[in-house]
Amino acid sequence: MALNYDEAVAKYEPTLGLEVHVELNTKSKMFCSCSTEFGGEPNTQTCPVCLGLPGALPVVNGKAIESTILIGLALNCSIAPFSRFARKNYFYPDMPKNFQTSQYDEPICVNGYLDVEIETDEGPKQFRVEIERVHMEEDTGKSLHVGGATGRIHGAEYSLLDYNRAGIPLVEIVTKIVGGTGKYAPQVARAYVTELRDILRSLGVSDVKMEQGSMRCDVNLSLSPIGSGTLGTRSETKNVNSLRSVERAVIGEVIRQSNRLEAGERIVQETRHFLEESGQTRPGRSKEQAEDYRYFPEPDLVPVVPDSAWIEELRATLPERPSARRARLKAEWSVPDKEMTSLVNAGLLDVVEETIALGADSTRARSWWLGEISRLANEKEVDPTTLITPQQVAEVIALIKSGELTDKLARQVVEGVIAGEGTPSEVIAQRGLKVVSDDGALMVAIEAAIAAQPETAERIRGGNIPAAGALIGAVMKATGGQADAAKVRELLLKHLGQFEKATGE
Amino acid sequence: MTSIKSSAADMAAALAAGTTTSVELTQLHYDRIAQVDEEVHAFLYLDKEGALEQAAAVDAKRQSGEELGPLAGIPLALKDVLAQKGVPTTCGSKMLEGWRPPYDATVVTRLKEAGVVILGKTNMDEFAMGSSTENSAYGPTHNPWDLTRIPGGSGGGSAAALAAFEAPLAIGTDTGGSIRQPAAVTGTVGVKPTYGGVSRYGLIAFSSSLDQAGPCARTVLDAALLHEVIAGHDERDSTSINAPVPQVVKAAKKLDVKGMKIGVVRELQGEGFQAGVLERFHDGLDALVSAGAELVEVSCPTFDYALAAYYLIAPSECSSNLARFDSMRYGIRVGDNGERSAEEVMKLTRHEGFGPEVKRRIILGTYALSSGYYDAYYGSAQKVRTLLMRDFAAAFAQADVLVSPTAPTTAFKIGEQVDDPLAMYLNDIATIPVNMAGIGGMSLPCGLASEDGLPVGFQIMSPAMRDDLMYQVGGTLEAALLAKWGAPILDKAPVLAAR
Repeated sequence: MALNYDEAVAKYEPTLGLEVHVELNTKSKMFCSCSTEFGGEPNTQTCPVCLGLPGALPVVNGKAIESTILIGLALNCSIAPFSRFARKNYFYPDMPKNFQTSQYDEPICVNGYLDVEIETDEGPKQFRVEIERVHMEEDTGKSLHVGGATGRIHGAEYSLLDYNRAGIPLVEIVTKIVGGTGKYAPQVARAYVTELRDILRSLGVSDVKMEQGSMRCDVNLSLSPIGSGTLGTRSETKNVNSLRSVERAVIGEVIRQSNRLEAGERIVQETRHFLEESGQTRPGRSKEQAEDYRYFPEPDLVPVVPDSAWIEELRATLPERPSARRARLKAEWSVPDKEMTSLVNAGLLDVVEETIALGADSTRARSWWLGEISRLANEKEVDPTTLITPQQVAEVIALIKSGELTDKLARQVVEGVIAGEGTPSEVIAQRGLKVVSDDGALMVAIEAAIAAQPETAERIRGGNIPAAGALIGAVMKATGGQADAAKVRELLLKHLGQFEKATGE
Repeated sequence: MTSIKSSAADMAAALAAGTTTSVELTQLHYDRIAQVDEEVHAFLYLDKEGALEQAAAVDAKRQSGEELGPLAGIPLALKDVLAQKGVPTTCGSKMLEGWRPPYDATVVTRLKEAGVVILGKTNMDEFAMGSSTENSAYGPTHNPWDLTRIPGGSGGGSAAALAAFEAPLAIGTDTGGSIRQPAAVTGTVGVKPTYGGVSRYGLIAFSSSLDQAGPCARTVLDAALLHEVIAGHDERDSTSINAPVPQVVKAAKKLDVKGMKIGVVRELQGEGFQAGVLERFHDGLDALVSAGAELVEVSCPTFDYALAAYYLIAPSECSSNLARFDSMRYGIRVGDNGERSAEEVMKLTRHEGFGPEVKRRIILGTYALSSGYYDAYYGSAQKVRTLLMRDFAAAFAQADVLVSPTAPTTAFKIGEQVDDPLAMYLNDIATIPVNMAGIGGMSLPCGLASEDGLPVGFQIMSPAMRDDLMYQVGGTLEAALLAKWGAPILDKAPVLAAR
């Protein structure tokens, strides 16, 4: 009988290790000034350096070092006063120099940690994930294998090479082994990658889009019988490209490895590939005949020796940690859990916070961004924060508050701003969207409505206050929505002698 | 009257005086090349069109009264290891046959900006690995002193071009002696500047931590003039030193060594050095003493390990640097019949494209960097390097410059050592420590060996970024010896048959 996940973790203790590769969002490549822009025509963003032409030499991108130090600081690492690049030697056509320039045994950031919180049976619990190192390296080019069924190199008729990606700065963040999670290993893994992604996003150093590959995760996992105190043989699962997949990959490996162990088979140290559809992994190349990369210090680059004053300057610029900020905002705004999750997932925290800082009340700011603006953004398939500024939203909200706009008019104003008709006040002026607050003009409309529906008016006079809705609706229609409904109601009820009764109820 | 035998400084004076033009000078050298290079084989490629165009442009600027650099309009021979835009650059290898770089090395850019006229590319040992230029895939260069002998290496083409009056100036590169040893055996002057003094951008790497481009000339002053054109910080080479270039021209003109301390390296004058080489070396020492310098003997015990450590570091770096020659992006491609995999084509190309010495060093270096051997080989060699630097530091505490013979012997016969790599490696025993420590080194002629009448080189070593000191001592020694001989040493070289 095959073990399921619960049975597996009842017998075996999982040990995790996570390696996350992050593409930095610097304008230029790691060692040359070529653009890092995504999606250019193949081989148009190349130069003698990133093509590895004979004689060309690398020069380190200072911005990439700065970003890496920021990451290290945010992960509570020590920043090495002296670190170096090394060459990782192996032949592959998409590597222009047939070696990758990467930090190896002298990384720039070491010994950090990240605390993550997960839900357990006993309530929320914090886990500390220790960071071994954060180091810099360059990406390789991209091979496109044409012909053949699999899209892989075997069986391909020919291959095309695109070196636009060669030399794009990458940062690798490696944890120490993460033990003691018990059955919560999948949640800890996911919480770690989530928190890491949020931190990187808050630092502004990467797009951290897992689905586009600007953040990639390898999951190392081993099992040992509970209480044995030993470490099992690990597998390394690659191609884990979403937060949910991180969790599923851990579960998949726990089940696979436990069943092998139950069957008396041994675990092979190997690279495995995560299969998105099934949540399982398939074997890649075995690491038992590990390739010898013949690492040695890169002689073309001088060591990285960051000035300690500079490190302190960077430390002072670190933003508030995303989890702490979320907790703070949640309390400040008194937001329900579900709405907070929606705001975070939609990436709206910044704009909402800014809108509130500009004087809007929290409830209105949240509902405009999550509601009308997100709806319009969905229609256009764009990011809501690109449509309108917090300044403009705050202005609209202020006008609603002062009674100069109704909600309905405000929606038209927002729509106009998004359509590019100008600022809220320009849209209001051009579209003539002011609230009709002239009592005389409203009375004309009210009398017309009463004349058109005399029976309804009679019912209201007779004390049927809810019947007023029909007449208010008629007035609103007649004024093109530009009247304040509350004002109309007041005038109508006063006119019919029922205002005191209505407010007294 | 200027002739091909004039120094670059004299040619420059004639150009400034208007008694000749750059086009005339350039043509004069092409005529000489046409006469003698079939025998000497110093050049792999002549860029007549480009050179004459550059010469004409310089002449026009001069006519219009524009201010020009001191070497504007002077012809120069460029070692084929430096990338020159649009001009075939082979590194003496079949691997790069037909490759025309899309960019200029920084040295080339600086030469062009200074108005120097690049005649063509000179022959070399394949990828600068060798001491005789016999390892060129395009045939050996012959020593103008005796065409049956080697011109040294790897920069034998550049040195031979100077000795045969095919160019007044040349650029070489020196990883373990490739500028200085050819200068020694051809009776010319060659300088390896301080590591980082001249940009390596565009210098096709053999061993990145040792390679350094430098000037080759027939006089110390000419070398200094060229040195100042090519040296200086380059942001494209992160190992280039961001500091003012030492004032080597001023130093070369000083002609004064009174009170200077000259350190004679005990380990570089005993066993393995030809008697005639040591005799001429001592003549040089005597001349310096007569000029007012003081000799001190210094000991650098780690020098005994320098060669062994060099033959671990240089091959290790070369095994990685030469990995890029895989036929995928440039250079030749062998065996691509549409059936074979990329890996098979890479193997066939590297098998065909590299010569035996290059393969030998790639294999050595691959082995030395292998897991399990790294510490014993590459790691130990790096430690020797640190010890060498300490030896030099201690020696420079006692002396302003250090001196030794440049090479243990005079030029040997072509073919004589080609099957004995170890004997070949020993040619660089006195030059290698300089590269390992990253300091400056110069070779200038100090006479002809009595046994064979062939030129002997005198090496001067100066502390890092004090290249001016070796120019000062070299300039003084050159003047003293010229006074003694009455004529430049190259006047004693046999006249090459004119065709």
